[in-house]
Amino acid sequence: MSQRIVITPENANKNYWKDLWNYRGLFYFLAWRDVRVRYKQTVIGIAWSVLRPLLTISIFWFIGWLFNLPDDGVPRILMVTAATLPWQFFSTAFSESAGSLVANSNLLTKVYFPRIIVPISTVIVCLIDFLVSFGILVVIMIALQFNPGWQILLLPVFLLFATLTAIGSGLLIAALNVKFRDFRYIIPFIVQFGLYISPVAFSSSAIFESEKIPAWIKFIYSLNPMVGVIDGFRWCITGGNIVINQTAFLISIGITILLLVVGVRYFRKTEKSFADII
Amino acid sequence: MIKVENLSKEYIIRHQTANSYTALRDVLTDKAKGLFKPSSQETKEKFLALNDISFDVQQGDRVGIIGRNGAGKSTLLKVLSRIVSPTKGRITIDGRVASLLEVGTGFHPELSGRENIFLNGAILGMSRQEIKSKFDEIVEFSEVEKFLDTPVKRYSSGMYVRLAFSVAAHLDPEILIVDEVLAVGDAQFQKKCLGKMQDVSRSGRTILFVSHNMAAIQSLCNRALYMHHGTLITDGEVEPVIREYLKFGAQNAGINLDERKDRSGNGALRFERIDFLDDKNESVGTFHSGSSNTIRLTLNKKNNQSLSQVVASVAIDDAYGQRITHISNEATQQVIDSIHSDKTIVDIVLPKLPLKDGQYSLTLFASSNGEIMDWVQNAAVLDVESGDFYGTGKLLPDGQGNFYMDYKYNVTQLS
Repeated sequence: MSQRIVITPENANKNYWKDLWNYRGLFYFLAWRDVRVRYKQTVIGIAWSVLRPLLTISIFWFIGWLFNLPDDGVPRILMVTAATLPWQFFSTAFSESAGSLVANSNLLTKVYFPRIIVPISTVIVCLIDFLVSFGILVVIMIALQFNPGWQILLLPVFLLFATLTAIGSGLLIAALNVKFRDFRYIIPFIVQFGLYISPVAFSSSAIFESEKIPAWIKFIYSLNPMVGVIDGFRWCITGGNIVINQTAFLISIGITILLLVVGVRYFRKTEKSFADII
Repeated sequence: MIKVENLSKEYIIRHQTANSYTALRDVLTDKAKGLFKPSSQETKEKFLALNDISFDVQQGDRVGIIGRNGAGKSTLLKVLSRIVSPTKGRITIDGRVASLLEVGTGFHPELSGRENIFLNGAILGMSRQEIKSKFDEIVEFSEVEKFLDTPVKRYSSGMYVRLAFSVAAHLDPEILIVDEVLAVGDAQFQKKCLGKMQDVSRSGRTILFVSHNMAAIQSLCNRALYMHHGTLITDGEVEPVIREYLKFGAQNAGINLDERKDRSGNGALRFERIDFLDDKNESVGTFHSGSSNTIRLTLNKKNNQSLSQVVASVAIDDAYGQRITHISNEATQQVIDSIHSDKTIVDIVLPKLPLKDGQYSLTLFASSNGEIMDWVQNAAVLDVESGDFYGTGKLLPDGQGNFYMDYKYNVTQLS
């Protein structure tokens, strides 16, 4: 007998993490499906994952040049790109995973599998997009003949940091969106607002080194986990030319871990009723 | 193998909202109102989809689950498949479960047949290795080799169903849970599917199978559960359980109207019975969409005078009390010239039932020379179960309309 399943109202499944392992192929297949379908439905397919960040980068670069924003002594285009790519990864992963459960409601009501696979595989699709769009950065570095330092080797660590932030917040918002469809209207606002409070168009040093800004605002600013992610990306890519505010960075990591714990917990708590209410 | 103890599943029906999900607004306003008065509980109604069900299934058992619409069969399978969680009770399952509640779950129309085999297989719980090793078998069984690289949106509905069933049929579980999937597809393929399921059962697997098709249950199962309104009525050998179900259905189908006092009209003629017959004129409890059925009205003349220009009509209301249609021999110019005998049987033949699955209420009306003789409101409830109206195995998508229309496509390409 391979396994024993006990179903009770309190705990639908004690083997959840083991099941997740058994269904690991589904992460791949759902992500693969989304990529394939997008490729078939759109004319330029995967090029979208390059075009969108490219346009955003151009705008921020232009604005930065126009208003002569501080660039911490690094080529401005590099500063902007190093921030836009992770930000776009996070914002699409966040908003796509928010709607992922509702979009896959036909699966949720007809088959069993650990539900957590759906939003996470959506994040994986966005991760693939990110890796493709990373080519932009490589091209820019080559064009500028910019030689990154050893710090670039730590980039995967910060990418993991960004991914975990996306997963934590994505799980939370996806579960909430099943129960309260209002979140559909809140999400675009969160994403837009997030762009203003994250150091994409500006650099964190402009906040932390400013004497005009009171300490409590600096603290609130560093509660945004994307501050840590973007500062980390800039640090890796510019070869350590950017100074990371260590306190703020630790706060960001703390918030990410908190988001992840709360996200997984809330998702696990609510997922057994998904099929009833979706 | 499977042990179900005191299983209940409760749904809360909210009356004020049409949506099952909550709007944040409602929660906030409810909370705000709650500050001033107790929360409005009266708008919620509890509904027991499963009511204290217990049974055991041994290894190798092939259990057929029968019952009418809304009996809780599908809910039971969903709880066993871990799609919804129970409200009370406990289930213990030993072994790997595969459930097939719908054919082609997760199929994506843009992807090719080949791609969908892998996707669907993964969704049903197969590993990539497993799918690869069974790929050829699946393709062969589905008979769609030639179109493997065509997007499934270009498939005919028959091909689609065949491919979808083939993937599911090659799952290798210890316990197979199947819901009414054999109701789709053409007759030949249905036979093939049934054969495949018999192979599976012969190899000692356990099967739980919901169907309205008694012949399929009889040929496949060695045990049957009869459910009604969320409770388990009988559990035992297939033959007696089916007999009980049919008996109960038939009792319910033929409705004696003599005792109805709440009727109007002059009483020269009364509706005595209403019966629902299938195409072999046998009494049935339910109709299926697209099938050929007969509504039989038995009329009883109450005095010695003969009646002329008799109209007998049936009005059909849906579950919300909305009148859907009206059947009358006046419309078809088949008004009965005269009735001499005491007992008259009027058969209304419905060659292809366009009603969607659901419950319908019938109102009966009879007149002679325009004078009302009998009028019985909500005389009977007609149960309609989903059926293969188009003969393609495709049903109306959920929420896409209330009835089946007969139509044909003609395509002309202008160059």
